[in-house]
Amino acid sequence: MAETTTPTAMSASNRLLADLTSAEYAAGFVTDIDSDAIPAGLSEDIVRIISAKKDEPAWLLEFRLKAFRHWQTMPAPQWARVHYPAIDFQSIVYYSAPKRKLDGPKSLADVDPKLLETYEKLGVPLHERAALAGVAVDAVFDSVSVATTFRDKLHEVGVIFGSFSEAVREHPELVKKYLGSVVPYSDNFYAALNSAVFSDGSFCYIPKGVKCPMELSTYFRINAKNTGQFERTLIIADDDSAVSYLEGCTAPMRDENQLHAAVVELVAHENARIKYSTVQNWYPGDKDGKGGIYNFVTKRGACRGNKSKISWTQVETGSAITWKYPSCILQGDDSVGEFYSVALANNYQQADTGTKMIHIGKNTRSTIVSKGISAGHGQNTYRGLVKIGKNAEGARNYSQCDSLLLGSNCGAHTFPYIDVQNPSAQMEHEATTSKISDDQIFYFQSRGLSAEDAVSMIVNGFCKEVIKELPMEFAVEAQKLLGLSLEGSVG
Amino acid sequence: MLRITDLHANAGDKPILKGLSLNVNGGEVHAIMGPNGSGKSTLAHVLAGRPGYTVTGGEVLYKSSPLFDLAPEVRAREGVFLAYQYPVELPGVSNLYFLRSALNAIRRHRGEDDMDAIDFLAVAKEKAKLVEMDEALVKRNVNEGFSGGEKKRNEIFQMAVLDPSLAILDETDSGLDIDALRDVAAGVNKLRSEDRAMIIVTHYQRLLEYIVPDFVHVLIDGKIALSGGKELALELESKGYEWLEKEPAQAR
Repeated sequence: MAETTTPTAMSASNRLLADLTSAEYAAGFVTDIDSDAIPAGLSEDIVRIISAKKDEPAWLLEFRLKAFRHWQTMPAPQWARVHYPAIDFQSIVYYSAPKRKLDGPKSLADVDPKLLETYEKLGVPLHERAALAGVAVDAVFDSVSVATTFRDKLHEVGVIFGSFSEAVREHPELVKKYLGSVVPYSDNFYAALNSAVFSDGSFCYIPKGVKCPMELSTYFRINAKNTGQFERTLIIADDDSAVSYLEGCTAPMRDENQLHAAVVELVAHENARIKYSTVQNWYPGDKDGKGGIYNFVTKRGACRGNKSKISWTQVETGSAITWKYPSCILQGDDSVGEFYSVALANNYQQADTGTKMIHIGKNTRSTIVSKGISAGHGQNTYRGLVKIGKNAEGARNYSQCDSLLLGSNCGAHTFPYIDVQNPSAQMEHEATTSKISDDQIFYFQSRGLSAEDAVSMIVNGFCKEVIKELPMEFAVEAQKLLGLSLEGSVG
Repeated sequence: MLRITDLHANAGDKPILKGLSLNVNGGEVHAIMGPNGSGKSTLAHVLAGRPGYTVTGGEVLYKSSPLFDLAPEVRAREGVFLAYQYPVELPGVSNLYFLRSALNAIRRHRGEDDMDAIDFLAVAKEKAKLVEMDEALVKRNVNEGFSGGEKKRNEIFQMAVLDPSLAILDETDSGLDIDALRDVAAGVNKLRSEDRAMIIVTHYQRLLEYIVPDFVHVLIDGKIALSGGKELALELESKGYEWLEKEPAQAR
């Protein structure tokens, strides 16, 4: 259908800006379900209640209490380039779980149909017949894991995959050995908070020599009002093993901000490989910046063994505020760390994200590719540290930080820190900042393509290097999501 | 094909076109010449629908319908093509993907099916050969890191693939050395056809030695001051534009 260009032709971008409201957050619905929630507020009693609800062993309660006491001594971090009113930690509900009809081991048959429907609607069917072939899913709803698919199939090869609570019951020795070993409870303010009140999450153990036969994935959903989500993920890849893990997340549209403070710990032993991919689509708030998730997450992987490799890939399109730095500690000789990131900040979203690559072992290598997209009033910050330790003979790092601006009200900021203590290190750093210009958009139009096509092709071209690191099903999803999140936001 | 009647247009707030009239039929090649600031590029951009230009009067009929009722991308789908004086770079967007998307937008507009990547590759290769475009460039990102000459060549390659009814070439000769100019002109000549009209905007006569026009028009201060055959270009080459600027009435 032909549009009319009036004599006082608005520029293509202005016309698009006027359509800014057209982008809808598709995952914004609320599931009406009975919840078992505790009162709002945080105290030692609350920590004890959470632990008791989960019937935890004494050592875990002790871990939580130590973390809580330490957290009370810590100030909230102020160094990130994000702005938000102080969070009232006493107004948050720290535990909310959908009521279950049956206790004891859960099978898919016991899961409330409303929950199954919720995940179905989000495009994550939990019936194994309908599920994506080759992807096992652990579904976390508010504070608890509600279902895990393909458990039996994974069990056959010795892969342990399921909810964190279950792992505490069934494999306490593994949890005890690794919990807090990469991210200690005292690490930072939000990690301490998480360590005190975490409710569930995913646990994964790949035994020696096993290449996990399918993609493992956790789908996080916040549903209840005024509730924070504090999940904990622990992935251990034993010698010569390999696993690819995916994480997706959404939340309903609500006017108030909700807190999500997760901790993810990865451990890669000798010659093991962990690939961790995230497509983060928490509710970003509305176009005026009202509501949205505060996503304050600590993610860290330890390459403990020689020749081990940890690769982080993230596509961050959601959340009002993103504060996360998936990092690698390269302890083993010849170990490899990678960080591929696309972070998008549209409307009033703020993202402060990046990575830390800590080179300890000899001949360790790291690669950082960060792509920041800012639109509307969005503020996007890359913050990264590459540290080469005294003994990290022959370490190498390559960093590339690119920023793309859409419009003139947004911002891109880059804070790369480099700390080299061994003279044999080779460091490379490249950075670019570019803007989608009206001329570029008109170039597409003069070839028959719409302005929307123009933006999506430029953005996809910009992100190509990162998207190609994602597993196939996720890559398509991520491209769609980037398109949706940017709909109409050219300037 | 194209009938321009008493066209007035501003670039920003500044009146540039002041009553321009022009008739272009299918198969014809028209050269628009004129001094800097006379409105040559403005005409090209107004026809393509570039933002920043405002039509303040007059009428343009393209294939017997009002052109300005169409959004820029719809004009392109209807067969209007602008070869830019300064083609922009599109980092990260591959030439092949870009052109196939454009071609499919045009095909969809005509009610035809999309062309798949394999069929398209064959078309692209054939057209690249026609306009002597290096295949390596075809596979690179649109104009990214291209030399001035390569960018102009890429414009002609795009024109060959998209097969427009009306091609407007805006100062295609600018910034080209003589060899590149000859090659680009040869590409354009291969694309001349009975159902395609071309408007060639140029400051210098030298391009017209290679692309011989059917008509030459001289644009002075937003109006066509003089029209003639290809020999007019040679006259301008020796006399310059000054005599027309001084005595437009007499010249007419």
